[in-house]
Amino acid sequence: MPIELKGVTYTYMRGTPFERTALRDVSLTIADGSLTAIAGHTGSGKSTLVQHLNGILHPTAGEVLLDGENLAGKGKEARLARRKVGMVFQYPEQQLFEETVAADIAFGPKNLELPDEEVERRVRSAMEFVQLDYETYKDVSPFQLSGGQMRRVAIAGVLALEPKYLVLDEPTAGLDPRAREELLRRVTELHRKKKLTIIFVSHNMDDIARMAERVVFMHDGRVLVDAPPAEAFFAEAEIREAGLSAPSTVTLLSRLKENGLDVDADAFTVDEAVKRIAKAIKKKGGASC
Amino acid sequence: MAFIEIEDLCFAYPSTRGEKRMVLDHVNLSVEEGEFVALLGTNGSGKSTLAKHLNAILLPTSGVCRVAGIDTRDVTRLWDIRQTVGMVFQNPDNQIIAAIVEDDVAFGPENLGVPSEDIRTRVDGALNSVNMADFQKFAPHLLSGGQKQRVAIAGTLAMQTRCVVLDEPTAMLDPVGRKEVLDTVRRLHQESGITFIYITHFMEEAAAAQRVVVMEDGKIVEDGSPKEIFCKADAMRKRGLDVPLAAEITWRLRKQGVRLSENIVTEEELVVALCR
Repeated sequence: MPIELKGVTYTYMRGTPFERTALRDVSLTIADGSLTAIAGHTGSGKSTLVQHLNGILHPTAGEVLLDGENLAGKGKEARLARRKVGMVFQYPEQQLFEETVAADIAFGPKNLELPDEEVERRVRSAMEFVQLDYETYKDVSPFQLSGGQMRRVAIAGVLALEPKYLVLDEPTAGLDPRAREELLRRVTELHRKKKLTIIFVSHNMDDIARMAERVVFMHDGRVLVDAPPAEAFFAEAEIREAGLSAPSTVTLLSRLKENGLDVDADAFTVDEAVKRIAKAIKKKGGASC
Repeated sequence: MAFIEIEDLCFAYPSTRGEKRMVLDHVNLSVEEGEFVALLGTNGSGKSTLAKHLNAILLPTSGVCRVAGIDTRDVTRLWDIRQTVGMVFQNPDNQIIAAIVEDDVAFGPENLGVPSEDIRTRVDGALNSVNMADFQKFAPHLLSGGQKQRVAIAGTLAMQTRCVVLDEPTAMLDPVGRKEVLDTVRRLHQESGITFIYITHFMEEAAAAQRVVVMEDGKIVEDGSPKEIFCKADAMRKRGLDVPLAAEITWRLRKQGVRLSENIVTEEELVVALCR
């Protein structure tokens, strides 16, 4: 069953002089097992949107259904539904607090009142997934780790809850290129192998180009574009309106075309871009320079 | 004598367990006044630790760090050092303290005891040079990330620092904000001759600098022009870093036997080379 947002509107501080509507009539269906990227500039409503996905915020109007259950409900079913969503916030490493890595990751499952063996199994498997060796790191203080490692610990803490849906808000901000690539690869793998439904928020279009199956651009509290990458990345006018920039591959190819190179400007991954350029050079008659 | 002189600098964070982890390992670096240097390296390579030595937030465990001829260990000159080198950090919300933009920019000079009419001139000048004059009466929390970082830069300009160190100033910003900050730094560098040390994980930003310094495991392992550094795409990748897209594509095309200059780093250069 999918996540369904039906006509969701959200207004902060309603009835005060600071009233501000952050979401306007947003309808969106996120299919089971999909990998969706949500992009938008600061203040576009994307973080407000994802906070609706596990009931941190409830809509001012409209409803959010998860596996058919209204997340704003009061009963046990609604509570269980909210638990199916794992949320990795921006800079999640700032939320680490335990004395050891293992204790920090175990905090969530322990609160679910799972038996000790089950907690340990989940901690081990979550750490394996984020590639932190259990024996090496379990007794280490999370505060002695590097930024990239701390972020992996924080993500492991969410994975240990074994959510069905995983929401990541700007997961790669502040990570170095290797850590960024590694994290994106892991997330893609979670999606492919464990069939997790993944929603990730980012304004890094190059990250999105690398992995998303579907792209949603938010602007001014509304969904501006909702399309597969092959369409979304070429919607120039909308990308500009949303205050974003196309992936650098797309911009480069279109500049080459504008300047007279006969290249198919329909690629957005680096591999494809290189192929297109190589083909265009061959057509042109061998080499330039 | 160079403006920044770092000689054989070592730094180890004090550890409770007794073992010492060297974060900076015999670093030597000199930067001339007016240079624009990008500092690259993976998380944990020592970039931020090095940056914090430049205005005496951290002091060398051994070796020397001199800024404008002042040894940073000289406690009697601490104020001079802080007035020479300003810092802008990653998270704009952690460094803006006042409730009004112009108050925030005035905070530094006020603490220096600058006469109030001079403060007025400095604040106006600083906000003008980061294109934030229209926002002087704004509350900072209503600004975008890029605008907040520009206010933070204005805060250092109002101190009339000769050098500004920016530690991943764009990591939390959207593409528009990133461009605002980088454009501001480039323009200030050209117009004012301020020395900029710019730490980033975005290779496109580093390509805008005059000089790129790469750190790994507490050591400086590369030091050269963006062209010299970024034409070695595979070496950079082995270090866990990246190169700008144009350099990456050039490298891959060359590997396929396409004849292209290895010195292509920017999109502009690649377009020129391919479309001639």
